[in-house]
Amino acid sequence: MLHSPRLDRQAVALRPARNAPLTLRIPEPVARPGEPVNFSKLRLSAPGAVRRPALDAEPRSIHDLAYELIRVLDDEGRAVGPWVPEISSATLLSGLRTMMLTRVFDERMYRAQRQGKCSFYVRSTGEEAVSAAQAAALDAADMLFGSYRSQGLLIARGYPIVKMMGQVYSNLLDPLLGRQMPVMYSSREHNYFTVSGNLGTQFIQAVGWAMGSALSGDTRIAASWIGDGTTAEGDFHYALTFASVYRAPVILNVVNNQWAISSFQGIAGGDEAPFAARAVGYGLPALRVDGNDFLAVYAATKWAAQRARSNHGATMIELFTYRAEAHSTSDDPSRYRPADEGSKWPLGDPIARLKQHLIVRGEWSEEKHAALQEEVTQEVRNIQREAEAQGVHGNNQTPSPRTMFEGVFKEPDPRLLKQRQEAGF
Amino acid sequence: MATMNMIQAINSAMVTMMTRDPQVVVFGEDVGYFGGVFRATDGLQKKFGKHRCFDTPIAEGGIVGAAIGMGAYGMRPVVEIQFADYIYPAFDQLTSEAARIRYRSAGDFSVPMVVRTPYGGGIFGGQTHSQSPEGLFTHVVGLKVVIPSTPYDAKGLLISSIEDDDPVIFLEPKRLYTGPFDGRHDVAVKPWSAHPAAEVPEDYYRVPLGQASIVRPGEDVTILAYGTMVHVALAAAAESGVDAEVIDLRSLIPLDVETIMTSVHKTGRCIVVHEATKTSGFGAELAALVQRECFYQLEAPVERVTGWDIPYPHAFEWQYFPGPARVAAAMRQAMEA
Repeated sequence: MLHSPRLDRQAVALRPARNAPLTLRIPEPVARPGEPVNFSKLRLSAPGAVRRPALDAEPRSIHDLAYELIRVLDDEGRAVGPWVPEISSATLLSGLRTMMLTRVFDERMYRAQRQGKCSFYVRSTGEEAVSAAQAAALDAADMLFGSYRSQGLLIARGYPIVKMMGQVYSNLLDPLLGRQMPVMYSSREHNYFTVSGNLGTQFIQAVGWAMGSALSGDTRIAASWIGDGTTAEGDFHYALTFASVYRAPVILNVVNNQWAISSFQGIAGGDEAPFAARAVGYGLPALRVDGNDFLAVYAATKWAAQRARSNHGATMIELFTYRAEAHSTSDDPSRYRPADEGSKWPLGDPIARLKQHLIVRGEWSEEKHAALQEEVTQEVRNIQREAEAQGVHGNNQTPSPRTMFEGVFKEPDPRLLKQRQEAGF
Repeated sequence: MATMNMIQAINSAMVTMMTRDPQVVVFGEDVGYFGGVFRATDGLQKKFGKHRCFDTPIAEGGIVGAAIGMGAYGMRPVVEIQFADYIYPAFDQLTSEAARIRYRSAGDFSVPMVVRTPYGGGIFGGQTHSQSPEGLFTHVVGLKVVIPSTPYDAKGLLISSIEDDDPVIFLEPKRLYTGPFDGRHDVAVKPWSAHPAAEVPEDYYRVPLGQASIVRPGEDVTILAYGTMVHVALAAAAESGVDAEVIDLRSLIPLDVETIMTSVHKTGRCIVVHEATKTSGFGAELAALVQRECFYQLEAPVERVTGWDIPYPHAFEWQYFPGPARVAAAMRQAMEA
């Protein structure tokens, strides 16, 4: 039960109003450690059941989509319904490889952290379809304002994994010169905006970037990603307000992976209405999508991107998924949720589902999949050796400490020249 | 040349830069059709169109966040925060984002952006329309902080700020918008038209950031000031009869350390004045700098004349405001030491 009986509306109404003691609801997840997993409250639509509106549909005519769940893949791996995208097998196979590469990369970096080779790491396990399918649906020139769990976007865009490892290890390969904690990547070349550790700030920045693109008569759009917990930040409200007011060409993604560290999505208000429904009040179209369904994520993102490119403005997408591992290397999820919750997620695993679909399509087989798994594992292992030869965190193989005094401003700062000398570099 | 008050000079700087550079866009609350509550953006939308100057929702964090994204895109946004007292919702975007993006991305991205905002008291604005928050921003590495004291400087400094490739907080002493108010609230303020610094070129020129101005040369005591307090210091010098050297810092970050040191080496005495509250104010930084760099030349302790450590009280405007009498008393005291 989500509500305590004392809060039941009828019960409260039956009491004499004057004397009724006021009560406060503190939301609780359905199940805590040791309790049986219970996903009966999830709002799930059947695969293929949700309509696909026209690209120029009035937001007010599609409010229902904020409460439904766009799904394309059915339980047998077939693509069904109006959201089946036009997508080549090559794109699907490339997406599958991105997801597998991301998962292997995450596992290697997680283990590297446990071995003391980096200070911190964040895995995206179980959510790989979000980054892989959305990167595939966007143009390489579109600007991405990711979160700390958006590593799949960079991998999909072909950013060298050895540089990502260099960043995670803060070693000689680190493009960010050891200035950022692990996973806060940045690559202008790959149109990937510098990641912030402060939650949500990138959401309104993406809107501003998109406004700049539109003011300049450019054709590029922006996209940004935050989690369910971050929807409570003011930046979320700023972003949706500005995106709506100026009809900015931007896609605002909320990755609802059910957990914000130890706080379930109800603490951010997700029990009362889906996060997608928040867009309704801003007059923005909202799509709620099965985030573990590569085809659905791809189709919804294409719809939003084409809409933005046609000057119909911003779309909010809620990507409904499950954070299969810990928030980061700094928390133990068995302390706050049932250990088997992830394995019982009713929308499955994104890699397994795309694999199944490709097999149904006649493009894939268990053997090929096993071979690809072996290939990406070997690839990441080789890159890791190459990266570690250039240092790991704490072994003093870093850029010169001299560099830490550079680049606060474009021009050299006389204060910092003095301080650098004082520090002896 | 034209005679301008500070508002007109600020407006002229934006007109000049919007004409020269199509990447310059202006936005903020009420700045578009209406032209701003202080009229600083008057006529910009009419002249340049609503894609170059437009109104925003009342969301300072949104204004600055959007400006950061726009700056990263390649534009040069000049945004207005209607009163400096309203800037705090944007604090996260300014301190953790605008100030850090160049450094954290190792130069991959940068944020050329100017945040213009009227600050300071003297207009019976109480605690929500009178604050001087410069010290909050000088403490943040990665932000530049600029404060003009005349129409000529306002235009030249604003042009330099707009052309700067890093984020600039441009604090406008609102009490100086229409005249060189010197803290003597009981006498009529002369309009800018009677002041030599109201002669402002209509075309492009720069006043560089990081160069202080010696507005009154003197031998006996150095007064470090900026914004409205420059004029207060000048009035205090006249009132006290002390031969003070009044230095207008013009920008706090970057700071013209050399001009400060040269002056204090000469005078051996130093008074720092600002309207902001005393504790942890920028005056503390200046006092520390002067005692470290000029210790053996000092004849007297470095004194600070500032606002009291209280919220700006509406009914006690002139008891709070560090006027010429307080500054003059500090000068005389320094001379007796």
